[in-house]
Amino acid sequence: MATKRETPLLDELMTGPWPSFVKEIKLSADDGKDAASDLLGVLEKSYNERIGHWKHGGIVGVMGYGGGVIGRYNDLPEEFPAVAHFHTIRVNQPSGWFYTADVLRKICDIWDKHGSGITNMHGSTGDMVLLGCNTDALEPVFAELTEIGFDLGGSGSDMRTPSCCCGEARCEWACYDTMAACHDITMHFQDELHRPAFPYKWKFKFSGCSNDCVASIARSDCSVIGTWSDDIQVDDAAIKEYADGKQVDIAQDVVRLCPTGCISFDGSKLAIDNADCVRCMHCINVMPKALAPGKERGATILIGAKAPIIGGALLASVMVPFLPMEAPYDDLKELAEAIWDLWGEHGKNRERVGEFIQRIGLGNFLEQIGLEPTPEMVAHPRTNPYIFFELGEEDGEE
Amino acid sequence: MADRKTDIGPPHYEKFLPPIIKANYGKWKHHEIVKPGVLMHVGQSGDKLFSVRAATPRLVSTVTIRLFADIAEEFCDGHLRWTSRNNVEFLISDSSKVDPCVARLTKEGYPVGGTGPGITNIVHTQGWVHCHSAATDASGVVKAVMDELFPYFNDKKLPAKLRIAFACCLNMCGAVHCSDISILGVHRKAPVVNHEQMNKMCEIPSTVAACPTGAIRPATVDGNQSVEVIEEQCMFCANCYTVCPAMTLNDPINDGLSIWVGGKVSQARSEPMFSKLAIPFIPNEPPRWPTTVAAVKNIVEVYAAHANNYERMGEWIERIGWPRFFDMTGIEFTKLHIDDFSHAGETYQRSVHFKRV
Repeated sequence: MATKRETPLLDELMTGPWPSFVKEIKLSADDGKDAASDLLGVLEKSYNERIGHWKHGGIVGVMGYGGGVIGRYNDLPEEFPAVAHFHTIRVNQPSGWFYTADVLRKICDIWDKHGSGITNMHGSTGDMVLLGCNTDALEPVFAELTEIGFDLGGSGSDMRTPSCCCGEARCEWACYDTMAACHDITMHFQDELHRPAFPYKWKFKFSGCSNDCVASIARSDCSVIGTWSDDIQVDDAAIKEYADGKQVDIAQDVVRLCPTGCISFDGSKLAIDNADCVRCMHCINVMPKALAPGKERGATILIGAKAPIIGGALLASVMVPFLPMEAPYDDLKELAEAIWDLWGEHGKNRERVGEFIQRIGLGNFLEQIGLEPTPEMVAHPRTNPYIFFELGEEDGEE
Repeated sequence: MADRKTDIGPPHYEKFLPPIIKANYGKWKHHEIVKPGVLMHVGQSGDKLFSVRAATPRLVSTVTIRLFADIAEEFCDGHLRWTSRNNVEFLISDSSKVDPCVARLTKEGYPVGGTGPGITNIVHTQGWVHCHSAATDASGVVKAVMDELFPYFNDKKLPAKLRIAFACCLNMCGAVHCSDISILGVHRKAPVVNHEQMNKMCEIPSTVAACPTGAIRPATVDGNQSVEVIEEQCMFCANCYTVCPAMTLNDPINDGLSIWVGGKVSQARSEPMFSKLAIPFIPNEPPRWPTTVAAVKNIVEVYAAHANNYERMGEWIERIGWPRFFDMTGIEFTKLHIDDFSHAGETYQRSVHFKRV
């Protein structure tokens, strides 16, 4: 039985309208979890001292996997023995984060039996995170998770757990079935997910439209953003209802805010010059009952987003302007594999693919993975004249 | 061991979808916000699905997950999901159960909201709860900020969505580089090398290679094979510490928070934008970080008072210009705001097209 910890500083975070994480840890402590009690103790100490007390993991995991567990140890194991080990288990979430009460209870049963009772719903990459257990608990947790049909997610230099928005399950804007694509890619690349073999992490994120609810353009090495290749669908009667009902000031809130000025409105009828449309979603967001993405749907594939470490933050850039997204997604899989082959061989340790592309040049990268350059891939052509010409025989070389 | 299961992957999502979603999958017509925190999706079939969205602190006990399971069973046959911003949603097909579900969640302390033009849950990281490289706590700052901004979660409207993200160090395990307001933990002191442990815990070549500015070089210190740090070259990125635990970085006085503004990932109207530096440093002030909370609130309120409808933070600042942003918010502009990393020159004002204060 762990010591009951006094937590005067943390207790100040028990009040206020926003749900309290301190209350959550206390719920687990009161539920008999010694690790939760000691977590309160070590956290109160951090609040007093203004410094963390966790150490790097080293190699911990389940047999045959190189990822899925984040090793963590406390630097005060004698004072806080129940969190001396405090490893995290990443559990691959179902596409779209849908659950049933039954399955959640089964996961809780496993975690109550072996762990701290504390979770993150969910981690930033998308996994369900079981937060804090002993090394001894890892194999039993894994065995019981697989028994109820769950598996671990990624960590380290592997394919991280793919994630997606809820897509066609609950959104009229989804331009492809994000949940199906995410599930298929996750299942197809189980080896890449569980056994780190890349220079660094690789993330897939699937957004059904360019509202990008899973932040794929900022956070994924391979960002799959739903789009369309024909015309926005317009329901004239519904436009009139918006106009007549004064629900939306169409001139002010739609026409004026269109980034390319491709919309005009004469007071009753809306006209869109679709050749100029950049599919930004604004007009559709404002008038969802009247406007919808086109019927020829698919996705734009963008590569190379990342946070700053180490060469600076990058947004993903266009690699395939339009790809129909139909199972079994062979084109996407082949693209990923071609990139992995190249980056796997020539990428430096801890070099994300976006940084790799900057180092070798997008032109060279495209040539190596076998994609033809297209103008959609750049904001504009080069402005400097330092062209690395490669003279061939037909160019008049002696 | 013979029957050890591996590589089975996640369960298929179809098992967890409520019947109304299975029936209307890919056939939704439109949606609207019925009231704060309640979305109504209407299918081409005419079916109506109500999603009741409630805040969670992301860190949740199994006790609470079981509570959510009970609530889901009571109001929607056990069907629920989580959002990409750590909210939980109850998927209700019987409209008469919406209000009782909202009331129940409110009573249990998980407020309903986070829809439409306002502030929803903060995407955040582990902080002192679990992370070795955290310059601050994450959950505590998030709780303190959201307590203060709570009206914007359920009833008070803003010109547009305002997405706040929090990361406790530069690794940014949250999309803080592209959020309307980002709170980012920063270290300000060069790593202190534990020379005795260095050669036991770390590979010296990979530690040297980890430094993006070449500030780390091999050295023999007190007879130990180790490294030395050229402190004036250190930009406190912590990459060496991630590679090598003997490069200790955490520091109670010099660690703290920075505030960034104007990023977004959505492509509506304007292209995605990075967050830009507003406030370089605020000290850690547990348990409620009052200076940080006040700074965030100030930026939100100035934005709320001056931005046009549908204008995200970054779009508003682009329209009014950075000189006016600093003037209106009263935030001091300093040398630290000027980029000096790889592509710094791209951020200089190279025209006279700047707006006056």
